[in-house]
Amino acid sequence: MEAIEPLGFEGKIVELESKIEELKKLSDGDELDLSSEIEKLNQKLEVLREEVYKNVTAWEITQIARHPQRPYTLDYIKAIFDDFVELHGGRQFEDDHAIVGGLAKLDGMPVVVIGHEKGRGTEEKIFRNFGMPHPEGYRKALRIMQFANKFMRPLILFIDTPGAYPGKGAEERGQGEAIARNIFEMSFLRCPVIALVIGEGGSGGAVALGVGDRVLMLENSIYSVISPEGCASILWKDVSKSEEAANALKLTSRDLNELGVIDEVIPEPMGGAHRDYQQIFADVKKSILENINTVAALDPNERVRLRNEKYSRMGSFEEMNHG
Amino acid sequence: MGWFTTKIKGLPDVATKCPSCEETIFNKDLVKNLYVCPHCGKHLRIPNSDRIEALCDENSFEEFGAGLVPSDPLSFSDSKTYKERVESAQEKTQSEEAIITGVASIQGHKVVLGLFDFGFMGGSMGSVVGEKIARAAAKSRELHIPLIIFSASGGARMHEGILSLMQMVKTGQAIARLSKEHLPFVSILCDPTTGGVTASFAMLGDIIIAEPQALIGFAGPRVIEQTIHEKLPEGFQTSEFLLEKGVIDMICSRFDLRETLGRVLSFFKEKDGKYYGSH
Repeated sequence: MEAIEPLGFEGKIVELESKIEELKKLSDGDELDLSSEIEKLNQKLEVLREEVYKNVTAWEITQIARHPQRPYTLDYIKAIFDDFVELHGGRQFEDDHAIVGGLAKLDGMPVVVIGHEKGRGTEEKIFRNFGMPHPEGYRKALRIMQFANKFMRPLILFIDTPGAYPGKGAEERGQGEAIARNIFEMSFLRCPVIALVIGEGGSGGAVALGVGDRVLMLENSIYSVISPEGCASILWKDVSKSEEAANALKLTSRDLNELGVIDEVIPEPMGGAHRDYQQIFADVKKSILENINTVAALDPNERVRLRNEKYSRMGSFEEMNHG
Repeated sequence: MGWFTTKIKGLPDVATKCPSCEETIFNKDLVKNLYVCPHCGKHLRIPNSDRIEALCDENSFEEFGAGLVPSDPLSFSDSKTYKERVESAQEKTQSEEAIITGVASIQGHKVVLGLFDFGFMGGSMGSVVGEKIARAAAKSRELHIPLIIFSASGGARMHEGILSLMQMVKTGQAIARLSKEHLPFVSILCDPTTGGVTASFAMLGDIIIAEPQALIGFAGPRVIEQTIHEKLPEGFQTSEFLLEKGVIDMICSRFDLRETLGRVLSFFKEKDGKYYGSH
């Protein structure tokens, strides 16, 4: 795997790492034995890593969630499932490459998988529209969801989008309706539905794939009503206040778990999922299997009832008695 | 009810300038004309009390769901705290929240009615709005009568973060349950209806009606322009534009709405006067 691009807040770690590298090079000259020095710095590095990564702020988590080397939907599909058969046909305007979906096998079990795909590298990012779907993408997703429902296959949804695309064609073809329709139809899917936020859960564009019996979130992913930048520019009238907005929005997996919006947090390797693909693939697969087993054990009607009940309870308000 | 007395709230003292044709309109004329500019026909925002008076059979509107007020689940604060913003919105609008719900009759048809108040924090949908819409849909199912919601909203309320986003699911599901019982939902889109409201219950009407020249969309025009780096054409995201694109079913002027709703509602009724879904 290629070298990991460090994030701004990882500066001190990078500094120490390169210092250790330098000492290692010097030490190679065998006249100079720096191994005890290197050992000391390595210990220091471990402490520093703990300190930095255990205390990441909401804004730093946002950066990890958006890291260009973070595993994307197709990475998970390739690593976790076997025999993926992609279905391109939304029977609509055109194939939307920001959403992928199809049939797959999970340890031999036939399942249906759908997810946002951001694309890696400039060319593919453009091809995938940076993971920002148009209405036809959501309608393709809906068709594949209904396929899962018809053949009673567990439906697994990977959420990773900055948001639904705010463009001309998207508005003309009913972006709002496409998202609304998915919410409507997902409420009554009888098959088991497991949704995972693997990176960015960008507002309505995420919700359109996010109504599940179980909603899981990777530790360093985010899920929010608006991006920190969008919130800062509207409420603070200043996009440089994005860090404050990220904190205020309570968009981390821990926050959402506390607010009762998600069902489980999947821990990530230290520093983020992009630092250990094999580990995160193994953990995500394990969690998906466990959750499918739990949800598949329920009667379909019971699943629908519980899913509706869960979302009916969401929200926080006070009720004053007017007598 | 207090809000019936605040007829000209939010208007300057004597006259208003039409934001469209810039003609001066005397307030008494504006009120008499259902807040439609007598010069150019522009539909300005109409207070809910006036809307109810113009639309519903006399004194038929009975509010339910009053007393639901926002808590502050995130302890949210920007330049002001969320609590302060709610308080000042309540003071300004004399409403508890961005929507009122009630049971009323329109041309003799009993319905559940929900009306957004855009003046209350941009008609934004937080937990209270979501809950009131869910209860309105539940009331429709309980009474076996149609649901009508007048939307005017900037979308999900940022100050309640992810909980606001989840109201899209909650309201969408509430409409889905209504739909499964074959009870009609008529969604009426007023200026402006955008964001998480457009992307949830508001676009799920069995019939979607828009007021003329309303701004209706998912993304706001400014966000689109910043994204595509070009200026949007005149009339983009208006009711007329969306009718052309097949996104909405019809445009209805405020003067014709009562009659149109009467016609539409009668269509849903069976011979015995009940709705199909109540059998």
